[in-house]
Amino acid sequence: MIHIAALIAASLALTDGTRAQALVSYNIVGDGIPESLTGAPGDAARGRALVLDRSTTCILCHSGPFPETRFQGDLAPDLTGAGNRWSTSQLRLRLVDASRFNRETIMPSYYRNDGLVRVGRNLAGKPILSPSQIEDIVAYLATLRD
Amino acid sequence: MSVARTIIAAMLLVAAPALLAGEIPQDARHSGYSFMGPDTRAMQDDDTSNPGMLFVLDGEALWKTRSGSAGRACADCHGDARESMKGVAARYPAFDKALGRPVTLDQRINLCRANHQQATPLSHESRDLLALSAFVAHQSRGVAITAGDDPQLKPFVEQGRALFVQRQGQLNLACTNCHDDNYDKHLAGAPVTQGQPTGYPLYRLEWQTLGSLERRLRSCMSGVRAQAFDYGAPELVALELYLMARARGMPMESPAVRP
Ligand code: HEC
Ligand code: HEC
Repeated sequence: MIHIAALIAASLALTDGTRAQALVSYNIVGDGIPESLTGAPGDAARGRALVLDRSTTCILCHSGPFPETRFQGDLAPDLTGAGNRWSTSQLRLRLVDASRFNRETIMPSYYRNDGLVRVGRNLAGKPILSPSQIEDIVAYLATLRD
Repeated sequence: MSVARTIIAAMLLVAAPALLAGEIPQDARHSGYSFMGPDTRAMQDDDTSNPGMLFVLDGEALWKTRSGSAGRACADCHGDARESMKGVAARYPAFDKALGRPVTLDQRINLCRANHQQATPLSHESRDLLALSAFVAHQSRGVAITAGDDPQLKPFVEQGRALFVQRQGQLNLACTNCHDDNYDKHLAGAPVTQGQPTGYPLYRLEWQTLGSLERRLRSCMSGVRAQAFDYGAPELVALELYLMARARGMPMESPAVRP
């Protein structure tokens, strides 16, 4: 009986889109997040594929060293050399919450689930990317050195 | 400063509606047309190649067709649309006294159907509604937009503006972030444009059909991963009204073509 009630409660929590999904906790130190959100290093090859995938949204705004795609954005700086300009810790915080670097930035916060207005019903309470996706992208950006 | 000069300066201030911060000045306003390539422009320019004109022709036929239990056609009340409908679309959404709020051209068409034709409403984005609104809007081609001038609309224009500048959706972007601040840039290679509402309803190559301004706004909302307002929702009408007021003075170009 208790089990069934718990199951129902769990499935309600899943279907109720307005309920925020718990985020893994992280520590901001200085202007970065020094530790991996997953506790493990990301996979740069998967990160590159994610950055190039339009549904991840990076290349809607950014361009970068991606000769295979013509459809890149110019609302944001070219990502070439990002690994020279920023440490892994800074890149991680930039992805988690870019508004920490520039309050007015148009770059979305990819790991945040509160303080947002009118989020699509099926997305409410969910961050844009998962911790492992963030780590993969951070690992890839860190390789972007000229 | 001489008295005459002061008066002239004051008159100029009165004549030009005050721009709010971040708004695009009159002489810098550009329709989506000016961001398109030569092929798409040519398609819009030539009525024989503009697919929207097929809807206008259908709309002209519907204008003259009796409908509903009143057995009346639009033409029975309004006569020749070339006369009676000239400039009408350029001032919509317009204030409806009975409802006490602005209504879009599509809503007006359905109000006429309900009140004067005793006919059932046409559904959003249905072929007949798009055809009728394209036909009516076509009568305003080249006419300068004046929507929002009616003082009764002021609070609704403000509501629309507030929605335009509010960050929303999972991507946390406001309309103004793209259409005021970045219209000279590209989103994944495509021009962002100023988001001017001058051409609606318009034929979008991506849609392979005609679509309303509401459809476009709903897809920008889904684009930032926001929950889009329903068709006809007061918020969507206010946003549409604000866009038209923001485009004040620009010529209508319905039915336009867009990529
Ligand atoms: C809606 C636009 C937008 C999107 C989407 C976006 N960014 Fe950004 N990004 C910016 C802007 C603008 C800046 C410039 C600094 C600022 O305003 O914060 C920036 C800065 C950066 C920087 C620092 C660039 C440098 O070298 O100075 C990195 C790295 C970055 N973004 C990575 C990403 C990645 C990875 C994604 C996708 C997961 C992404 N961005 C998605 C707009 C965007
Ligand atoms: C992330 C960028 C972005 C945001 C935010 C955005 N749009 Fe757009 N919008 C676009 C792009 C890209 C197009 C397609 C180009 C086009 O057709 O003009 C577009 C098209 C439009 C058009 C059609 C213009 C035409 O010429 O037919 C209108 C109107 C418009 N947007 C209004 C809005 C409104 C209102 C909002 C907020 C609810 C909004 N947009 C939010 C990027 C954006």
